[in-house]
Amino acid sequence: MSATETVEVAVPTVTWSGQSVPRKEDKRLVQGQGVFIDDMKRHAMGYLHFVRSPYAHAHITSIDISAAEKHPGVYGTLTGEEVASLTDPFFQIASVPGANVKDYALAVGKVRYVGEPIVAVVAETREAARDASELVEVEFEPLDAVTDARFAQDGGVPTIHEDAGGNLMWHGVYEWGDLDAAFAEADKVVKIDELHFHRFNSTPLECDGALVEYNRGTGQWTLHTNNQFPGFAAIMMGPAMRTGLDKLRFVTQDIGGGFGNKITSHPQLVVCCLLARKLNRPIQWTEWRTDFHLSMSHGNERWFLDTEVAVKNDGTLLGFRTRALDDAGAYLRYEPLGGVIWAQVTPGMYKWRHIRVDFTQVATNKAPVSPNRGYSRMQHLWFTERVIDIVAHELDLDPVAVRKRNYISVDDMPYETPNGCVYDSGDYARMLDIALELIDYDGVDARRDDVESRGLLLGVGIGSTLDSGTNNFGQSRLINPELQFSGNNEVATVKLDIFGEIVVTLGTTPQGQGHETTAAQVVADILKCSVDDVHVRAGHDSYWNSHAGFSGTYASQFAVTGLSAVKGATEMLAAEIKKLASAVFGGVPVEGLELAEGGVRIKESPDAFLPFMACGAIINANNAGLPDDLDVTLNCRYVYRPPFQVPDVEKKFGNLTLTYATQIHVAVVEVDPETGSYDIVDYAAVDDCGKRINPQIVEGQVMGATAQALGAATHEQFAYDEDGNLLTPNFYDYHVPHALDMPALKTGYVESPSPFTPLGTKGMGEGGGAGIHAVCAAVQDALRSRGGAIVWDSCNPYHRVWEMIQNPAEAGGKVTVEPA
Amino acid sequence: MAVSTAKTITVTINGESYEREVEARKLLIHFLRDDLDLTGSHIGCDTGNCGACSVIVDGVLVKSCMMLAVQADGATVETVEGLAEGEQLSKLQQAFSDAHALQCGYCTPGMLMSATALLRANPHPSREEIRKALQGNICRCTGYWNIFEAVKAASE
Repeated sequence: MSATETVEVAVPTVTWSGQSVPRKEDKRLVQGQGVFIDDMKRHAMGYLHFVRSPYAHAHITSIDISAAEKHPGVYGTLTGEEVASLTDPFFQIASVPGANVKDYALAVGKVRYVGEPIVAVVAETREAARDASELVEVEFEPLDAVTDARFAQDGGVPTIHEDAGGNLMWHGVYEWGDLDAAFAEADKVVKIDELHFHRFNSTPLECDGALVEYNRGTGQWTLHTNNQFPGFAAIMMGPAMRTGLDKLRFVTQDIGGGFGNKITSHPQLVVCCLLARKLNRPIQWTEWRTDFHLSMSHGNERWFLDTEVAVKNDGTLLGFRTRALDDAGAYLRYEPLGGVIWAQVTPGMYKWRHIRVDFTQVATNKAPVSPNRGYSRMQHLWFTERVIDIVAHELDLDPVAVRKRNYISVDDMPYETPNGCVYDSGDYARMLDIALELIDYDGVDARRDDVESRGLLLGVGIGSTLDSGTNNFGQSRLINPELQFSGNNEVATVKLDIFGEIVVTLGTTPQGQGHETTAAQVVADILKCSVDDVHVRAGHDSYWNSHAGFSGTYASQFAVTGLSAVKGATEMLAAEIKKLASAVFGGVPVEGLELAEGGVRIKESPDAFLPFMACGAIINANNAGLPDDLDVTLNCRYVYRPPFQVPDVEKKFGNLTLTYATQIHVAVVEVDPETGSYDIVDYAAVDDCGKRINPQIVEGQVMGATAQALGAATHEQFAYDEDGNLLTPNFYDYHVPHALDMPALKTGYVESPSPFTPLGTKGMGEGGGAGIHAVCAAVQDALRSRGGAIVWDSCNPYHRVWEMIQNPAEAGGKVTVEPA
Repeated sequence: MAVSTAKTITVTINGESYEREVEARKLLIHFLRDDLDLTGSHIGCDTGNCGACSVIVDGVLVKSCMMLAVQADGATVETVEGLAEGEQLSKLQQAFSDAHALQCGYCTPGMLMSATALLRANPHPSREEIRKALQGNICRCTGYWNIFEAVKAASE
């Protein structure tokens, strides 16, 4: 059962920060009083249902909506033809050829994946909208489907986007160091034919949705939505809808999980906006579970082809070259950013300096890929971890020793990677030791004997990962030099209201990360008050003025961007409170004042005390007689801007993220060789995310990410047949972990504060990939005595393990070792 | 002319009696959420897998997306909205917060109803019994470990 052990290394603190303060969010959520998208209602609103494509690839020859429009209760419809006349195609991040893709909010002339929205139907009830959708007549001329990225550019394969002139969406070559020298210096070259990182996503329990209202008088839309990156949605939607961003107001409150999967709902939001205007009524859209699986934000499926690794006999890794191939699916909603995001962690956790990645992204007739927890780095780190364990396997070296020999050392921090990223802090070897101790690594041999006596196979696997956080959006220029994005930002406002209420607004869109709580901890420490006195508004509202271009909750950054904005705004407020008190106290210098016990006082005579209530009242409602030059509003806005430079586009060189949280996981599995089934019998997760503001929340993220990784490693996959039908469109077929699937978990942590962030924090929400790497390594370890198959796929359900036992040469990965 | 399949039903929910006309096809969860605005119970899957819509009907734990509203005619239904006594959280609700057994909170109402049903039937469950009792409820945020802790704590 769930034994949770924590290795204590931190010193107790007297500040709110560093304590597991109970979450402010919980009281409403445990009573069912959260407000999620589908909970909202408006007078005379219409329910939206999408008619979706049954074909993976087909021309649309006709659409007849007449029967649907006559159905009782139907308010109206929207077709691709209308969308094409009312909007422009979405802006493309890609350079040519992907730049030429025309992506609209509904299919125009052609469908490119099963589940693609073709027509939207709005009706008085959910049932009427669904019934009427069945009456929409669409005629198709089916085309062959492209479902395997490896063959997407072959002759005779159908072209998915004619405007792009083929299925190639993006290609770029990354090369750093001196590959020829590295391979000349090597004793051995390990060649790995193919590795495959499979398609899955985090499947948040709440699907996408929105309630969109249109104000005819002002021409302004209010989008109550669970989109987790309104800044991105706005820059996609505004130009497409030919409207200024001031007309698009995004509001979120409670969001039922996001994990990156709720970034790219902008096409559906456009449909809602157009229908709210067309039908002059609020539009309610809640995605059905099957619709989510069919169409939303699959994680990047990636192949690593023709990999060659330069290695010394002692296990010293010198470098590698590989061809990475991303299956982007049918549209480039956030892509091809996955083609560069991985470069945040180019060498993984290792010292090799000579690296070449030839990166290609192609379109296929599958759902579009978009960010998923660990976005693009998880795929690359899985690759580097696979390489480590395959090298160790082939050269008969100890995977622990190979890691320790090659890990970047704590003494080398901050460490500049071959491509100019700067790893801020961390002690990987120490974390590995803690993880190994948690699973009693020294006792593994004895345990192996015991397990084998029961007819089973024991395997131990390590997964080490980095969770790079706080993006430098300048990396987008490595994909497309024409783009004018760089840096990052986040906004917070902190004010004292008329009765002294401390009110905080954020630009973020939390989905369970506890921002209301951790923000209050930071504020309370600066204002010297209780977290209970700090009121953090729930969610996001782009009319709060606490919002900038990169606002949102994604890419492991709140602990840096969000909390640094909170810190900045609160420090401004603290300074203003002192300025005001200085005036009220007749010119006492601000240096002689201090904040304490919910107010400000004179250090030397603490009885001279001005409570926050008095400060708020004076400035907001009783300000006659204050000095003319008193520049105080008690309403402070701060924009945090991390210290970034624009990367060198030619050399593909620069710091792409500000912080690097670290995770080391160790899995112990027992495999039944008769069936291929296996259990995770012991598991340790050790995390280092620098300074932890709320340890309980941090540990919650570690646990959740671990669970998602274990699901992905063992069962979860968006599998397609050769005609492009999704075989796992619901939770029957797409098996996420249930309570009975969870192994015992042991956790530990190290705190290596980031030297680059105002609070020493690092973003840390995505560190789950380590579980996938660890399970792959453990299965491979277990199979050593049964033919020694190489694990080449990131998902290893029981049947695949059984196949690798039955036929290790064919079912396992193809690896050769050659002298250099 | 379509034949109406509407029927008037009377249901007692969290101690309050509701009389409404509903279409025969309407699911209990949609009746609760859309007709009565009791939006604490959630929908996560449409196929009966996720348990976010779990409620207690006449003392029995039910996934309310797997039951028609008309089938609840005359029944007594308990939902998450009825767990707290005024401002006072139930022991289980408090334990969920204390143990950080929720993140986004979307699965939480269903999880609480399953755990409530468990603790009524078995006030001191073993950890294995807790795991079995919650296997019909999917959580994508927590990995369940803290949920097990919370239920255990509430049972002590």
